[in-house]
Amino acid sequence: MPCIEARGLRKTYGATIALDGVDLRVEEGRILGLIGPNGAGKTTALDAILGLTSYQGELKVLGRDPWTERDQLMRDVCFIADVAVLPRWIRVSQALDYVAGVHPRFDRAKAEGFLAKTAIKRTSKVRELSKGMVAQLHLALVMAIDAKLLVLDEPTLGLDILYRKQFYDSLLNDYFDRSRTIVVTTHQVEEIQDVLTDLMFINRGRIVLDCSMETFESRYLEAMVQPEHVAAARALKPIHERQVFGRSIMLFDHADRDQLAALGEVRTPSIADLFVAVMGDKANDAKGATT
Amino acid sequence: MNSESNRATEPRPEGQMTAPDAGSRTQPFYWSVRRELWENRSIYIAPLIVAALLLLGSAISAFYLPERRRALLLLDPEVQRAAVEQPYDTAAMIILATAFIVGIFYCLDALHGERRDRSILFWKSLPVSDLTTVLSKASIPLVVLPLITFATIIATQLIMLLLATIVLQLNGLGAETWTPVPWFQASLILPYGLVALALWHAPIYGWLLLVSAWARRTTFLWAVLPPLALCIVEKIAFNTSYLASLLKDRLFGFAADAFAFEGHGTSMHTLAQLTPGKFLGSPGLWIGLAIAAAFLAATIRLRRYRGPI
Repeated sequence: MPCIEARGLRKTYGATIALDGVDLRVEEGRILGLIGPNGAGKTTALDAILGLTSYQGELKVLGRDPWTERDQLMRDVCFIADVAVLPRWIRVSQALDYVAGVHPRFDRAKAEGFLAKTAIKRTSKVRELSKGMVAQLHLALVMAIDAKLLVLDEPTLGLDILYRKQFYDSLLNDYFDRSRTIVVTTHQVEEIQDVLTDLMFINRGRIVLDCSMETFESRYLEAMVQPEHVAAARALKPIHERQVFGRSIMLFDHADRDQLAALGEVRTPSIADLFVAVMGDKANDAKGATT
Repeated sequence: MNSESNRATEPRPEGQMTAPDAGSRTQPFYWSVRRELWENRSIYIAPLIVAALLLLGSAISAFYLPERRRALLLLDPEVQRAAVEQPYDTAAMIILATAFIVGIFYCLDALHGERRDRSILFWKSLPVSDLTTVLSKASIPLVVLPLITFATIIATQLIMLLLATIVLQLNGLGAETWTPVPWFQASLILPYGLVALALWHAPIYGWLLLVSAWARRTTFLWAVLPPLALCIVEKIAFNTSYLASLLKDRLFGFAADAFAFEGHGTSMHTLAQLTPGKFLGSPGLWIGLAIAAAFLAATIRLRRYRGPI
C-alpha cells in the first residue's frame, strides 16, 4: 500500500485553482521534497493530505480518506506546519502532558530525552522561547510519536543556519528509519538536497517534475562549458543556460556524460538550479507564445 | 513499546494505578478540558478575585454588624430572616454574574483564539476529533463554571458566616441570631439553581461558540448585533417585540419555571419552592436545549472547515 495516493486531486477557491488535477504516489519509507514557488499549491496539497481541507478527486493517505477520517488518521500522521503554531501560552510541561494524554503513540520518555539535549526548561512558556527553541520543542514532540507519515510545511522558516542544520540532522539520525515516510516543503532547497529520496516540483496546481533522487542524479547534468565549445554544447540542446563569471553553465536532460566531459567540467546540478531551469522554462513558454 | 510490555507483565502495587499508562490509554476529552483551564485561567481566577473582594467588603462591614443586628432583633422574625440572608444572597448573585460574564467571553474566544494564533494547526495535528474539541469547550460554561461557581459561593458564604458568628459572639449576640435561617435547605437550593440555569442558558453558550467558530473578527459584535438588529426590525415592521421578550426570557427567565416564589419577591426559604417538575415540563427548556444542540452541531461542522485566519 502506498503511503499517499492521489488521483485527479482538485481544489478551487472561487475562481482560483489551487490544485489542478494532481496525480501523486508516495511509497512508504521515502523522503519526498515538494518544491514550488509561492502560491503553487504546495500548502493546499499538504492540507488535503492532512484532512484540513476538502477536495475533489481521489485521495488516500495510509488507506484512509483524510477529510472524513482526520482524527483516526492523525494517530499515524504528524505534521509541523511552520514553527509558529505551538500555542504561545502553553508551558513545555503542559505540552508534554497534553500530547501524552491524547496521543496513543506518544512516548513521553523519548520526548524528554530529546528535550534534555536542548536548553529548553520544562517550566518555560512557548512565548518565552526563541523561535529556534520552539522548533526544537515541536520536533521533540513529533519525533516522540511513532507515526508512519510526517509532513513538514516550511519547518525551518525563519530559523538561523545552526538550527536549520540541526533540525534536519536530528530528523535523519533520530527519527527516519526507512519505514516512515516524510513529506517536506521548503524554499531552502539546497539544505535538503542530501536528505531527500524523491523530488517533486509543483507549479500552478500541477506536478511538473516527479522523480527519485537517483533518477535526478543520472538524468540531469550540468556542464561548465569552455568558451570555445559553447556552440557545440548548445547543439546538444541544454534545457537551461546561464552565465557565471563569463562562463556558460548549461543544464542537460538525458545527455551523455562523456560527451559533455569533452566540452567542460561536468557535475550534478543542485535542485535549485534545476528548479530555475524547469520553472523558468514554464515562464518562458508563456512569453514565447507571444513573441 | 518494549518498556511498556515489560511494565505490563510486572505486577505493581498502588501508584501504578495513578500513573497514566502511556500508549494504551488516552483521555482526549479530559485533557482537552484541562487544556482549556490552562489557557483560560480567568475561568477560576475571576470568581476567586470577586469572592476575595466580597470577603474584604464583609470584613469591613463586620465592624458595624453588632449594631445593625441589635436593631434588627427588634423587628418581626420574617423581616429579620430576610435581612440576615440578604448579604449572602447578594454575594451569591455577584459570583454567579461573574461566572456568567466569564462564560460569555470564554465562549466568544474559544474557537476564535485558536484560529487567530494559528495554534488550530497544532491541535488538529493530534488525534482529537472536532466533536471532542467542541464538546470539551462547551463543557466549560455548562459544567466546569457551574461547579466552580458552586464551590466559590459555598466557600465565600461559609467564611462570611464564620466571620459574622465570631463578631457577634464577641459582642454577646449569640448564635440564635442566625439559626432561624435554614442553611441546609439553602445549600440544596444553590446546586439545583445552578443546574437549571446552565441548562436554561445552554442555547446562549451554543450561539456564542458558533459565532466564535464562524466569525473572522469582532466575535462580540457578531454575537450581539444580529439578534439586536432583528429585534429592532421586528419593532419597526410590526410594532411588536416578541423576539425581544423571548431573548429577555432566555437571559433572565429561568427562575419563573424552576422556582415558585409565593409572593416573597425573589427570596427562597424552603425546598418546597423548588419546582423541578414544572421546570422539566416547560417547553422553553427543551426548545432551548434543542437549539443549543443544533448550534453545537453546526459549530463542530464549522471547525472542520476552519483554518487559521
